[in-house]
Amino acid sequence: MRRLIYALALPVVLFAGWWVLSAGSESFYAPPLSDILTAFGDTWTLAALKADVLPSLLRLLAGYLLAALIGIGLGLAIGLNRRLRAVCEPVLEFFRAIPPPVLVPVIMLFAGIGDTMKIIVIVFGCVWPILLNTVEGVRAVDGVVLETARSYGVTGPARITKVILPSAGPQIAAGLRQALSIAIILMVISEMFAASNGLGFTIVQFQRSFAIPEMWSGIILLGLLGFALSLMFRLAEKRALRWYEGLRESQRRAG
Amino acid sequence: MTSARRRSPARLDHPALLGVAGLAGLLLIVQLLPTLGLVDDRFLPPTSAIVSALADEAGTGQFWISLKDTLVAWGWGLLIAVSAGVLAGFGIGSVPLLRNLTASTVEFLRPIPSVALIPLAVLLYGTEIGSSLLLICYAAFWQVLVQVLYGVADVDPVAYETARSYRFSAAARVRHVLWPTALPYVFTGVRLAASVALILAITAELVIGSPGLGKDIAVAQASEAVPTMYALIVVTGILGVLINLLARTGERRLLAWHQSVRGEVPA
Repeated sequence: MRRLIYALALPVVLFAGWWVLSAGSESFYAPPLSDILTAFGDTWTLAALKADVLPSLLRLLAGYLLAALIGIGLGLAIGLNRRLRAVCEPVLEFFRAIPPPVLVPVIMLFAGIGDTMKIIVIVFGCVWPILLNTVEGVRAVDGVVLETARSYGVTGPARITKVILPSAGPQIAAGLRQALSIAIILMVISEMFAASNGLGFTIVQFQRSFAIPEMWSGIILLGLLGFALSLMFRLAEKRALRWYEGLRESQRRAG
Repeated sequence: MTSARRRSPARLDHPALLGVAGLAGLLLIVQLLPTLGLVDDRFLPPTSAIVSALADEAGTGQFWISLKDTLVAWGWGLLIAVSAGVLAGFGIGSVPLLRNLTASTVEFLRPIPSVALIPLAVLLYGTEIGSSLLLICYAAFWQVLVQVLYGVADVDPVAYETARSYRFSAAARVRHVLWPTALPYVFTGVRLAASVALILAITAELVIGSPGLGKDIAVAQASEAVPTMYALIVVTGILGVLINLLARTGERRLLAWHQSVRGEVPA
């Protein structure tokens, strides 16, 4: 109960503050919150959600999953081979350092302006944190654990799925979390460049036609979406890494 | 790494040597793909063309002005975000009531993609530097704030209570107990914020058209100057690598006294 009050108090105060302060707003750019909320209801109907939000989400999901698959796969290969790692490291650091949005123009050259382009942009942007974190995680696997597994005859695929992946799990999850926010950014950016539907496209359309309350409602929707996705990620992470949380908890109690 | 260190550095599989080989391999592949006709050179120009475009760019005044514009937006944005993040982090982190009250709001605001603010930035500032700053500060602030909050929460309660029972003033407690404990976290936050700030600086220039390297990339793309576009992208990548290196070196220098850095030094 106490926690619920803590969690809700400030948001309620902020929301009420925004409502009251903006109520009589004459400013063109900062319309009253009540107008924004009305616009929200009018703009984001079920049909609009299906036409604009669903395609965005599908691209996001496809790009993100593909990036996770490639990142973890390549990361395992590079992390397990010392020489390959030494060869690839500077190249990977360079690619990670390129700000992902500048890839949009490049990928537009190759893939045109369709859905493929947007998915490739997302994959290309979010594969690096996943890849590099997997490499780090695989590298940091406890040598004693590896030796023990070997002497118990755990080799081949079982070695990877039962020993290496779980122990690199927390680090891989950290990479996946970074990649999620990059994926959302790239989804929006790629749609701002060239698209006929999607959340980024629609919000820019509102801004260009000076439909300010609608634009605000789009920003709020993007915020809600980002929040919902990160919440879902945390739930999934908690399930996947339950053993790790438990371990840390018991270590903390012992220490 | 330890096994690599034990070998003599002159050996052919020294990590630095292998790394250079990797980079050379990448340059070679980019040279060969278009010249052999495997990729259309209108899409991917060979390394030689990109390098000569880079040389041309470096000869123009416009390039250096854009580089400066990008770095200025990056620097100011980072400075504002870090100061605000550290102040807010210590303020919120050291008062449990505030921490409880703000937790849900921080968790809600943090995942809002900063690019959602692009339309707002355009309306408020047009293509001025203010647009870039708004996006940079918003994105980088959370990186710092969350790290500082973790850092302050990590303070050893025994040390804190000891300081209290010796009647350290609040300012002295922050200075001698909270600050040293949280410092490594602050630096991690600054390092993350530095790269996020660069991404947002260039994104803002690319999408909004505020002056800087990102805008030049958009212009090169629109005028189909493909080698120039690649050359500028390479520059942004090098910039990112440099910022990363700088942040890491700075972190190591300033935290030389700290366990996490001391532990890395080979005995």
